[in-house]
Amino acid sequence: MNKEEFIQFFAEQFDETEPEEFKAETEFRQLEEWDSMVALMVIAMIDEEYNVKVSGDDIRNSTTIADLMAVVESKK
Amino acid sequence: MAFLEIPNVSIKGMAATMPANRKDNLTDPLVNDAEKILKNTGIQYRHLADEGMTASDLCEDAAKRLLSDLKWNAEEVDCLIFVRQTPDYILPASATILQDKLGLSQNAYALDVAMGCSGYVFGLSNIAALMQSGHFKKGLLLVGDTISRTCSVNDKSTYPLFGDAGTATALEYKEGAPTMKFHFGTDGSGKDAIIIPDGGSRNPFSEDSAREEDIDEGISRSKAQLVLEGMDVFSFGISKAPQSVKALLEHFEIDQETVDNFAFHQANLFMNEKIRKKLKIDPEKVPYSLPKYGNTSCATIPLTLISERKEALEKGSQKNVGCGFGVGLSWGSVYFETENLTISEIGILK
Repeated sequence: MNKEEFIQFFAEQFDETEPEEFKAETEFRQLEEWDSMVALMVIAMIDEEYNVKVSGDDIRNSTTIADLMAVVESKK
Repeated sequence: MAFLEIPNVSIKGMAATMPANRKDNLTDPLVNDAEKILKNTGIQYRHLADEGMTASDLCEDAAKRLLSDLKWNAEEVDCLIFVRQTPDYILPASATILQDKLGLSQNAYALDVAMGCSGYVFGLSNIAALMQSGHFKKGLLLVGDTISRTCSVNDKSTYPLFGDAGTATALEYKEGAPTMKFHFGTDGSGKDAIIIPDGGSRNPFSEDSAREEDIDEGISRSKAQLVLEGMDVFSFGISKAPQSVKALLEHFEIDQETVDNFAFHQANLFMNEKIRKKLKIDPEKVPYSLPKYGNTSCATIPLTLISERKEALEKGSQKNVGCGFGVGLSWGSVYFETENLTISEIGILK
């Protein structure tokens, strides 16, 4: 799994947050734009790009983008 | 495998009844961020049952008008199935009450089926399976809920989404009728994704059940009210619904191009559009009643066909796919052909 690509896909789910703000260590749930709708878009992106089903707990238990990436990796 | 094929039963007509009380999400003071909700969910209006109005009342009204439009006598109806999650009582079954209220014969077979979002597909398989041998000639499938009454008005994850409705589908035994084709799936490990925790036998209703608790920002509810874990349901819906439709079409070698209408459970626009796009279905073949009625639980599939496809279903033949997915977790898809259906006007119950 390509780390830069995942971060880019992740960033694309946001309208207002600048792409440069997204790093592996970004605590995404602290971003101002993060809400339940963006969460659904991230779930859909992971489903489409990686064919992986992540749960609400997977999202809630991830602090950084790297954490979420690890979840996707483990479920692949 | 969970595939089923049922011959000799055809759908003759459909009807739906809505509660008179209609809410507009854009003007409802209980709905925050209404424009965003409208954009993401597609839901503007919802019809809400007043206190004392039940799903069986709505279905009774729909059934009476449908029987009249079909010119059927109530005594001719051999069997009735009522699909719901909001029965009149814990016991007896509401189907028995409906037998009496509709004036069905005491020789009629009456049964409740406790299913939600996938309930129309399950109910259709139940009643068609009962009727296929020809012992029962005429049947009524009543499908509806007053699910809004289980939502906390202080829960943004449920309150703006759900509406109430009752529907009736009339079926008749007809030798040689095109077979109905089904696919089903079940995953009880996902039971907590959509649940009303208290009030059943596992957690009987107690003083504690009625206490409203803060769960998250914009989400306060009691344990006797509906829980909807949006992320889990979304993740489930966008994978299982397309898989089920695909399995149905492939197993029975149905060409997707020949299907006229794909009536999906109306969950929310964002999820439903993901499902449609995954299956690469032309938008014109996928009707939505979400803007007018919201998510009406088990009633969404017939309600969508009635409100969005009345003319096409009344005049000529149509090939239809229905797909329900949700609470259980449970999901199912059905293929059925119709010809010159009787579709009653949508009723309003005060």
